[in-house]
Amino acid sequence: MNLGASADLPIEFAEVGILVGGVTILDRISIHISQGAPTILIGPNGSGKTTFLRVAMGLLSPSRGRVTWGGRETSPLTRRAIVFQRPVTLRRSVSGNLGYALATAGVRRSERGRRIAELLSLVGLKGLESRPARRLSGGEQQRLALARALARDPAVLFLDEPTASLDPAATKAIEGIVRAISERGVKVVMATHDLGEARRLAGDIVLLHRGVVIESGPADAFFAGPATDEAKRFISGDLLI
Amino acid sequence: MPENVSAVHLVLTGDPALFSIVRLSLIVSLGAALFAALIGLPLGALIALTRFYGREAVIVVLNALMGLPPVVVGLVVFLALSRSGPLGSFGLLFTPQAMVIAQTVLVTPIIAALSRQTIEDLWVEYRDELAAMDVGPLRRIRTLLWDARFSLVTALLAGFGRAVAEVGSIIIVGGNIEGFTRTMTTAIALETSKGNLQLALGLGIVLISIVVLISALVWGARRAGERFAG
Repeated sequence: MNLGASADLPIEFAEVGILVGGVTILDRISIHISQGAPTILIGPNGSGKTTFLRVAMGLLSPSRGRVTWGGRETSPLTRRAIVFQRPVTLRRSVSGNLGYALATAGVRRSERGRRIAELLSLVGLKGLESRPARRLSGGEQQRLALARALARDPAVLFLDEPTASLDPAATKAIEGIVRAISERGVKVVMATHDLGEARRLAGDIVLLHRGVVIESGPADAFFAGPATDEAKRFISGDLLI
Repeated sequence: MPENVSAVHLVLTGDPALFSIVRLSLIVSLGAALFAALIGLPLGALIALTRFYGREAVIVVLNALMGLPPVVVGLVVFLALSRSGPLGSFGLLFTPQAMVIAQTVLVTPIIAALSRQTIEDLWVEYRDELAAMDVGPLRRIRTLLWDARFSLVTALLAGFGRAVAEVGSIIIVGGNIEGFTRTMTTAIALETSKGNLQLALGLGIVLISIVVLISALVWGARRAGERFAG
């Protein structure tokens, strides 16, 4: 498991814009993501959180502006991983899914058994090694997707609403794993529209609305004294439309 | 009916004439299915995973070719292999090899079209995850072929089923020569026209058994896919 600073950090957005079919999804976003406690993206549905994560991961190129990872405009995906909102498990067993991720990360075959056991233990799926991944429950599949992302030993881990549609017990389990990996030195950048979850996990907050960063900064300051009307309304539970 | 009883008797007693015909049929159709798989699977994967000008037209034509009339395939292969044809110098006409070629032409579009659809559906599912894992093109193809293996086996069995049950192309390019190019379907056509219904029915029983076996294997492949791959 990765410890310490990464060559991928800081991630710097400079005037980043994403246009799809003439529609602006992200608009002139400038932000700095550095090593430390989780950075949590909050905002209503359609605010651009998923697109932000894809750009930060390097899966989507900006239409304008630029993104840098550790000061470089191009950076291989080797130390970054993402868990999508609806992760797709491969048509393999639980250990087959992890073995595949380890193989793509270049882990030697002789090492994989030990790593699979570690990862399953970390996400609480021990004993389910031979179960077809698609037969797992929603919460278990989400945990497997997390383990699969961690199999790549990422320095930065992007999570797109990993607890959406999960019950409180499964949410608690996922949040516990997020805390554990963050404490091990993995930079977590996570999207959620659950304010409670943001309060529980965030070191930094980024509030997005209609593709624009409304406010960003340390979570304590954000929740204690939001600077913008939109942030105040969002925190107080008003609907941002 | 006496013919039925005698036909069953031929099958149960392992009549040598009947089983030499069955053996040749299986060799020809399995050979054709094998060659068609070697061509059709990579072709299907290639079309599924690449974007090029005219791709949709290629898919439409490929799908249409699944319904190729066997007699037309037989005619085209006959012309290609006949002495004045482009492949005439190989002297393959009226040999089992010619029958394998004809059935390969017939079955390749079936395997290519079905595997294209299977792989493309899986690719749509896997695309984001494989991109996030930075999987290169070759490993991507290997992954998709492996994870779609149970569905692809169904495509192969469908191809084999088509080959073993067809008569039109192999009777033209094989010539239905006794002991050399006579298969179950060509023999049934001939023996029925001669009034030798015992042998024709015996071969029919074996042919239907093979078709039922293929159906059972397809079902088994699907079940295995659900059980082991989810």
